[in-house]
Amino acid sequence: MTPLAAKDRQDEVQRRGRGLGWMSLGLGVAQLAAPDTVRRISGVDDSATSRAVVPLVGVRELVHAAGLLTSRRKSAWAWTRVAGDAMDLTALGIALARRGGSRRRRLLAVTGAIAAITVVDLLTAVQATRKKDVGSGPARKGGSMELTATTTIRKPTSEVYAFWRDLENLPTFMAHLEQVRTTGARTSRWTADAPFGKDVGWDAEITEEVPGEKIAWRSTGNADVPNTGSVRFVPAPDGVSTEVHVVLAYDIPGGTIGKAVAKYFGEEPHQQLDDDLRRLKQVLETGEVVRSDGAPWGKRARKEFPQRPAQPLSDAELAKGADA
Amino acid sequence: MRANTWAGRNKVEVRDVPDPKILNKRDAIVRITSTAICGSDLHLVDGYVPTMQDGDVMGHEFMGEVVEVGSGVAADRLRVGDRVVVPFPIACGACAACAAELYSCCENTNPNAGIAEKMFGHPVAGIFGYSHLTGGFAGGQAQYARVPFADVGPLKIESDLTDEQVLFLSDILPTGYMGAEMCDIQPSDVVAVWGAGPVGQFAMDSARVLGAAKVIAIDKEPYRLRMAEEAGHIPVNFDEVDVRSRLLELTGGRGPDKCIDAVGLEATHGSAHIAAYDRIKQAVRSETERPHALRQAILSCRSGGVVSVIGVYGGLLDKFPAGAWMNRSLTLRTGQCHVQRYMKPLLERIERGEIDPTRIITHTLPLDEAERGFEIFKNKQDNCEKVVLKP
Repeated sequence: MTPLAAKDRQDEVQRRGRGLGWMSLGLGVAQLAAPDTVRRISGVDDSATSRAVVPLVGVRELVHAAGLLTSRRKSAWAWTRVAGDAMDLTALGIALARRGGSRRRRLLAVTGAIAAITVVDLLTAVQATRKKDVGSGPARKGGSMELTATTTIRKPTSEVYAFWRDLENLPTFMAHLEQVRTTGARTSRWTADAPFGKDVGWDAEITEEVPGEKIAWRSTGNADVPNTGSVRFVPAPDGVSTEVHVVLAYDIPGGTIGKAVAKYFGEEPHQQLDDDLRRLKQVLETGEVVRSDGAPWGKRARKEFPQRPAQPLSDAELAKGADA
Repeated sequence: MRANTWAGRNKVEVRDVPDPKILNKRDAIVRITSTAICGSDLHLVDGYVPTMQDGDVMGHEFMGEVVEVGSGVAADRLRVGDRVVVPFPIACGACAACAAELYSCCENTNPNAGIAEKMFGHPVAGIFGYSHLTGGFAGGQAQYARVPFADVGPLKIESDLTDEQVLFLSDILPTGYMGAEMCDIQPSDVVAVWGAGPVGQFAMDSARVLGAAKVIAIDKEPYRLRMAEEAGHIPVNFDEVDVRSRLLELTGGRGPDKCIDAVGLEATHGSAHIAAYDRIKQAVRSETERPHALRQAILSCRSGGVVSVIGVYGGLLDKFPAGAWMNRSLTLRTGQCHVQRYMKPLLERIERGEIDPTRIITHTLPLDEAERGFEIFKNKQDNCEKVVLKP
């Protein structure tokens, strides 16, 4: 499954989970506010037991609703609904065996409805559970991933272009790169940083370049993670700044490297490229990547929050560096 | 060094922490001679601003002496030994926001721009000692502070003015001034200011300096209203009178021409019911603000007037009187103060004696007593208006 299709599927599961949550809320409120009406519709208004059971089921529905509407972990809560359905179907089965006439007809209708809802619950629960395996971002089992990002830098296009065209500058702001070494007029050797997968390196060639406007490149040979990239430099309407539009595409393999890459990009792969471009802007506009006490490691910061406290670093921390 | 740190909700603690070091080439290290507790520090301590962490050094109003500069700071701009006031927003001076003098919206100084972007849609500048949302920079309630972009922000003080006279150039004086400036004050204007705390007092003084005909102070603390009255402003106590009818009386039924909200997200309300409504919504996090002052300012302002907001808001608010705002042609203006824009002109006003910032200082304590300072300031004990700390 492509990452995009997986994302659509996840959104659908989240949406359906919320829908079920609202249904639980409606049922729960009805069962608590008007238990006798619910008992009559269900054909169990002749039973003393149902007087106690219906409000209890109502309370249970409210618990489902709270879980489904407030938690992002729809899978666990969808399964509680499936368990609830099983209880209801059992209770309805017992009630059916003891009744005839119009009450039996009403009971059969309610049982049919619950059975249909059970199917939806079961489907949602199974999909919500399975979506974890698919993972967000790049598919764990491999697949292609395309990232786009854009920023505006208050420097002329010629300057921004020149900085990028010297590919050896890329590691100053791109978090996943350890080093880029120029090997020819259009060829270069790229080495990834540890979090991207240890000892991953590849050759690349520039496939298109229009000075001041565009650079495109792709990996060559037997790259572990075949990739392509392009960047366009567009004069901004203010007449001073440059819009930078970047597209990166990765062909992510299975196996250890694929896993490392997937882990690196994590839940929000776009965030990484956005941050890369923010650092590019800092470097070009201010001279270097800005550091704070909470986030002192520049591009080596791996976690947005919680970070280290906003208080000065000790000598030991400073000496130890990014892994502290 | 000693530093006042956030130690969880409702708790600050002065602790030993490492001395700051140069991390970027354009940093300087400042030995702090005076620092202050700001009303917006209370929002952090009260737990209304997310992303605070145990051990964060607090404080964004400070001044002192430069003891070290990074290799990227030009000597003609700043050198060791200079006496400086440090503005609370950290600004790079090079991005489009800085070029437009919108320093508190600097595009480069917040290393946690990703977090801020999620909260606010677009990131905001780094701020000293003001949560990780604004960068995770250690603050100035300490013996020393690292000041990034030291060649852009800090204002050199070369005259013999005292710390107390210039310290508030770091935040509250420019903030109050910007509140009045956004009102585009005309000589015929009546200006009403909600909140007679330090920022409110400076907004009132600024409104007068900018030529307002009449300045009204709205609060409920008699000592704060007395302080405003002594400075020549008209007090209105919302615990004692109906604010709307009093404002109508004071303006011949027109309503104030310009209204300034110098209260922000933790307002209290004269009606216990309405106060409770918003307090509960805030407690269950279905709104993050208690916007009584803002609502009242919008409803009170004369048609076509300006409502200027300098009180701090952090997230979402409820029951915003959009109908009054739209149908009566009100202009709503706001912003975290672009301090760098105002420091020099306000220093000149202080030198000329047009504004006396020292009038609001009620307490001066050693840094080690920061905890007590927060306590009396928050609870308005001992007629506390402004606490200055001496490291």
